[in-house]
Amino acid sequence: MLRASLKSLLARKLRLLMSAVAVILGVAFVAGSFIFTDTLGRSFDGIMSSSVGDVVVRPAGSGDTLGSTQTIDGALVAKLAAAPGAARADGNIVDYTTFVVGKSGKLIGGQGAPGMAVNFTDGPAANNTSMFSLASGEMPTQDGQIALDAKTAKTGGYVVGDKVNVVTASAKAQVNPTLSGIIESSGSLVGASVVVWTTHEAQSLYLGGKDAFNDVWVTREDGTSQEQLRAAVAPLLPADLEAVTGDSAAEAAANQIQESLKFITYFLLIFAAVALVVGTFIIVNTFSILVAQRMRELALFRAIGASRRQVARSVLIEAFVVGLIGATLGLGLGIVLAIAIKALFGAIGLDLAGAELVLAPRTVVAAYVVGLVVTLLAAYLPARRAGKVPPVAAMRDDVTLTESSMHRRVLAGLALTALGAAALALGLLADVPKPVAFVGAGILGVLLGVALTSPVVGRPLIVGMGAIYRRLFGSVGVMAEENALRNPRRTAATASALMIGVALVSMMAVFGSSTKASINKEIEKNFKADYLVSNSIGSDFSTAVGDEVAKVDGVATVSRVRWGMGEVGDGQEWIAAIDPATFGQVATLDTSAEALANLDRGGLLLDADTATELGLKTGDKVRMKLSGKPFDATVAGTYAATAGSAPARYLLSTKTWDANGGKLSDGQVYVRLTDGADAAAVGSALDKIVADLPTVSVKDVAGYAEEQAKPINQMLMIIYALLGLAVVIAILGIINTLALSVIERTREIGLLRAVGLSRRQLRSMLRLESVVIALLGATLGVVLGVVFGMAIQRALADEGFSTLQIPWVQLVAFVLMAGIVGVLAAVWPGRRAAKLKILDAIGSE
Amino acid sequence: MMSAAPSPPTTFEVAARTEGLTKIYGKGDAQVVALGGVSVDIHAHEFTAIMGPSGSGKSTLMHCAAGLDEATSGKVFLGDVEITGLKENDLTRLRRDRIGFIFQAFNLIPTLTAKENILLPLSIAGREPDPEWFARVIDTVGLSERLGHRPTELSGGQQQRVACARALVSRPAIIFADEPTGNLDSKSSREVLEFLRRSVTEFGQTIVMVTHDPSAASYTDRVLFLADGRVVDELREPTAETVLERMGRLDGARGV
Ligand SMILES: Nc1ncnc2c1ncn2[C@@H]1O[C@H](COP(=O)(O)OP(=O)(O)OP(=O)(O)O)[C@@H](O)[C@H]1O
Ligand SMILES: [Mg+2]
Repeated sequence: MLRASLKSLLARKLRLLMSAVAVILGVAFVAGSFIFTDTLGRSFDGIMSSSVGDVVVRPAGSGDTLGSTQTIDGALVAKLAAAPGAARADGNIVDYTTFVVGKSGKLIGGQGAPGMAVNFTDGPAANNTSMFSLASGEMPTQDGQIALDAKTAKTGGYVVGDKVNVVTASAKAQVNPTLSGIIESSGSLVGASVVVWTTHEAQSLYLGGKDAFNDVWVTREDGTSQEQLRAAVAPLLPADLEAVTGDSAAEAAANQIQESLKFITYFLLIFAAVALVVGTFIIVNTFSILVAQRMRELALFRAIGASRRQVARSVLIEAFVVGLIGATLGLGLGIVLAIAIKALFGAIGLDLAGAELVLAPRTVVAAYVVGLVVTLLAAYLPARRAGKVPPVAAMRDDVTLTESSMHRRVLAGLALTALGAAALALGLLADVPKPVAFVGAGILGVLLGVALTSPVVGRPLIVGMGAIYRRLFGSVGVMAEENALRNPRRTAATASALMIGVALVSMMAVFGSSTKASINKEIEKNFKADYLVSNSIGSDFSTAVGDEVAKVDGVATVSRVRWGMGEVGDGQEWIAAIDPATFGQVATLDTSAEALANLDRGGLLLDADTATELGLKTGDKVRMKLSGKPFDATVAGTYAATAGSAPARYLLSTKTWDANGGKLSDGQVYVRLTDGADAAAVGSALDKIVADLPTVSVKDVAGYAEEQAKPINQMLMIIYALLGLAVVIAILGIINTLALSVIERTREIGLLRAVGLSRRQLRSMLRLESVVIALLGATLGVVLGVVFGMAIQRALADEGFSTLQIPWVQLVAFVLMAGIVGVLAAVWPGRRAAKLKILDAIGSE
Repeated sequence: MMSAAPSPPTTFEVAARTEGLTKIYGKGDAQVVALGGVSVDIHAHEFTAIMGPSGSGKSTLMHCAAGLDEATSGKVFLGDVEITGLKENDLTRLRRDRIGFIFQAFNLIPTLTAKENILLPLSIAGREPDPEWFARVIDTVGLSERLGHRPTELSGGQQQRVACARALVSRPAIIFADEPTGNLDSKSSREVLEFLRRSVTEFGQTIVMVTHDPSAASYTDRVLFLADGRVVDELREPTAETVLERMGRLDGARGV
C-alpha cells in the first residue's frame, strides 16, 4: 500500500508540486519571520555587548529608558578612577538627536533610526572590547573635529578633511566640524549614524557646557572581576546614581531589545498565520480534488481488499510527503523571504545591510512542524472521504462521493460566524484581558464561518455573473458559469482563500483611511496656528530655530512645545511642556483659565481620564523627575481628553520644564501671524531659516496633515506587502484548482473541441470561470473587510478614530484587480487545456 | 484478399472523399498501419455504415475524414474542400459548421441541459437556431418533454438521442457516428437508429456510422467493409442477413 501511494505520488509530480506550493509559501513565511527577527536580535546583541564598560555608573533606574536626561558631575570620574581595582574611569556622553546631512543636502538615516552622537574617550568597553575601531584618519582631538562611522561617511560622500554638515537639537542647530577620522563599528548599527566629538565639544553641545556626563565606564584592573569592581565603586556614589556590571547591563539591555523585537516577531507571525490559513484552504481543496480524481483507483484498492483505513492512510502518506517537501522548500524560500523583509525594513530605515542571516535550530523545527501539521490536518478530511469510497465505484463510470450535506455545513458556518462576531464584539467593546487576541480570533472565526457558508452565500453572486456572461459570451459564458457552480465547494474553497486576503487588505484600507480622515478632522479642528515648525523624523530640534522664527516680520506668536520621557510618581511617562499663555492661541486645549494659571505657576495639567485613573484631584501633589532633582508638582487641573489636542497626557509649563532639567530642545514650534501678514512671504522666510536643517520643516495645516498621514501610509504599505503573500497563495490556489479541473474534465474538453469549440473559446471559458472565482472571493472579501474595518473604527471612535471613511475607489479597485488576477490565473491552465489533443482527450478516462 | 467491389454505376453526389488515405501510428518496430491507402467516396444524402473487425481502422478512418486526426498521407475532401493540410482554426470552424459527431459514449456536457447541449454547436458559433428546424429535430428525436434535464437525468438511449439531435441541429454537411448504439440495449438502439434513418430519408442528411451490429447496418443504404486498414468490400441496400453473410465471407477470406 505504501509503495502504491508513493508510486501514485510520483506519477502525479505536477499535482504534487502544485499542492506543495501552498505549504511552501506558508512555511516560507514562518521561517522568514523567525530568520529575520533572529538576525535583527543578533545584530542588536552585537552592539549591546560592546556598548558598556566593565562597570557602568549611571543615574539610578536609567537602564530602563533610552535617553535619561539626568547627568553625572564630571568631578566624580576622577574619584571613580581611584577606586580599588579600577584601572581607569571614563565619562560618556550620548545623544540620539544628532544627524549628518550628506554633501548633496540629503539627511542620512532618519526615519526611525537614531542619529547617535558620542564623545571620544580612549577607555575600553567591557572586557577590553571596543565599540568602535578607527578605520582611517584619527579620532577627534580638538573641538571642531569629528569622526563618523564608515557607512554614514560613505553615504554622505565625506572623506577625511571635509567639512561635515551636522544637525543637532542643541542650542547650536547646525555645526560644521572637520572630519578627522572614520570608524568601524563592532556590530551592525542597524541604520543609526554615529558622530564622535571630543568630550569638551560634546559637553558644550549637549550638556550646556557643564563638566558632566550621561554615564561613566569604570575599567577594571587585571585580577579584579566586574562584580568586585562594582562593589568597590558603589559606596562612592550619591544616592541618585547606581553602578552595574557591564555584563548585566548588556544582558538587561539585550533582553529589553529582544522584548521589543518580539513585537516584530509577533507582527510577522500574524501574517505567517494568515498565509497558513489561506494555504490550508488550498491544500484541502487540492487533496479533495485529487481524491475525487483518483476515485476509481482508490475503489480498485478497496475492491482488491484494502481496508478503509489503508486507503485513508495512503492519502495521508501522500500528504506527509507533500508536507515534508513543502517544509524543506519553504525553509529555503524563507531565507529568501527574510532577505526581502530585511530589504523592506531597510527601506524604512532599519538598516541591517551588514548583518548575517541567523538560521536558528528553532526555525528549522518550526518549519517542519508547521509544514507537516498543516498539511496533515488539511488532508485529513479528504483522506477520510477517500476511505469511504465504495469498492463498486471501481466499476462505475459516474461515481460521486456522498459528501456531508450542505445543510450541516452551512449551519456550522453560521454558528462559527456568530461566534466570531461575538468574540470580535467582546474584544472591541468589552473589557477583556487580551482584546487583540479576541479581535484576531473573532475575525478568523467570521472568515472561516463565511468560508463554510460561501457555497451557498456565493451562489447568487455566481448566478448573477452567469446572467451577465450569458449575455456577453453566449454558450461559453453559460458553461463557465455552470462549471463554477457544478462543484460549489471547490469554487467556494478557492474563492475563500482569496476572500481572506482581500478581507484583511480591505479592513486595513478602511481602517487606514478612517485613521487619516480622523486625524485630518482633528487637525482641522485643533490646529489654529498658521505654521508649525517641527521635526519630520520625530526627534527634537534646536531652540535656536524658534528664536529665529520669532524675529521674522509678520510673526505674532511663537509657542513652543518640549517633550521627553520623565518620571511621574513611580512610572516612566511621556511628558510635554507648553506655554500656558500662547498654547491656547495655536491649538485647542479644553480646560479652564484657572487651570492654565495654575499650570503657569508650576502645576501639572492632566488629561481628565488620566486624572481619574490615578485618582488625582486639583491641588494634589505629584512627585516628578525630569533630569536633575525630583520635584513636587501640584495638579493644576484637567483638560478634556480629545485626541490630538495635547502633545501628552502630562503637561507642564515650559518654565517648569526648563527649571527642572527638562531637555532644552523644542519638539514643535507653532507660529501665528499678525493680522494682515502675508502668509506666503512669512512662509518662505520661515523656510529659509530651516533650509539648512533637513530634519526640521515648516508646514501649514495641509502640510502638517500630510506629514501625519505619511507614517500611516507607510505602515499600510508594509501591511499590504505582507498580506500580499496570502493573496499570492490564493492566486496560486485558483491556478491550481483550474489546472486540476482541466485534468478532471479532459474528456469534456475533448468533446467540446470536437463539436467545434475553438482553442480561443476554450481558453476564454476557463478564463471566465477563473474570473467568477476571483470576483466571488474579492467581493466577499471586500464586504467582510469593510465590516471589520467599520467595527474596529466604531469601537475606537472614542480613542481618536472618530471618523469613518470607506475608500470606495480603492475597494472597487481591489475587486477589479481580482478580476485581472482571475484572467491571469487562467492563462496557464487554459494553455494546457488548449494543448490537449482532441482524440486523446475523448479517449481518456 | 478480395478486390474492392465495383463502384455503383449511378452518379452520386459526393459528400466526402478520401484519396489514398494512410494513417501510420508509431515508428520502427512498433509501427502500426491503421489505414493503408483508403480511397472511398461518401455519398451525400445517404446513410453509410462502416463495418469490419476490431482494429481494422474504422474509427481511424472516421477521425481522419472528420478532421479530428491528421492523416499520415493521402487526401481528405469534404465536399470540394480539401481538409488535409487545413489549419487548426479552419478545422475547428469546419467541425463546428459542417460536421456533426456522435460518439459511443460521453457525448454530452454534464453541466448543460439537453436543450443547451443540442444547441451547443450553434451557440459556440454564435448562430441562432432556425426555430422551425429545431422544433422538427426535437419532434423527430422525441425528447420535447426532457429538454430541461441534465444528461445524468436521462437514460443512455435518451442521451444518445440528444447527441443525435445536437449533430443534426446545425444541419451539417455530414454526420459521423462511431458506434452510437454500442452502449445501448436493443430497444434504445432501435430508437436511435430509426431516428438517424429518418433524418436521412426525411431531411436528406448525410450520415456515416461505424457499427459492429449487422442489424444496425440494416438501417443504412450502403455498407463499407474494412479489414487491416483497407476497404475490402461494399454492400448496397443491406439487410441483417446479407451483412452477416458478407461478414462471414470476409472472415473466411481472412482465414479466421
Ligand atoms: N493512438 C494510437 N496509437 C497507436 N496505435 C493506434 C492508435 N489508435 C489506434 N491505433 C491502432 O490502429 C489500428 C486501428 O484502430 P481503430 O481504432 O481505427 O480500430 P477500430 O476499427 O475502430 O476498432 P474497434 O472496432 O475496436 O473500435 C489498431 O490496430 C489500433 O491498435
Ligand atoms: Mg473504433
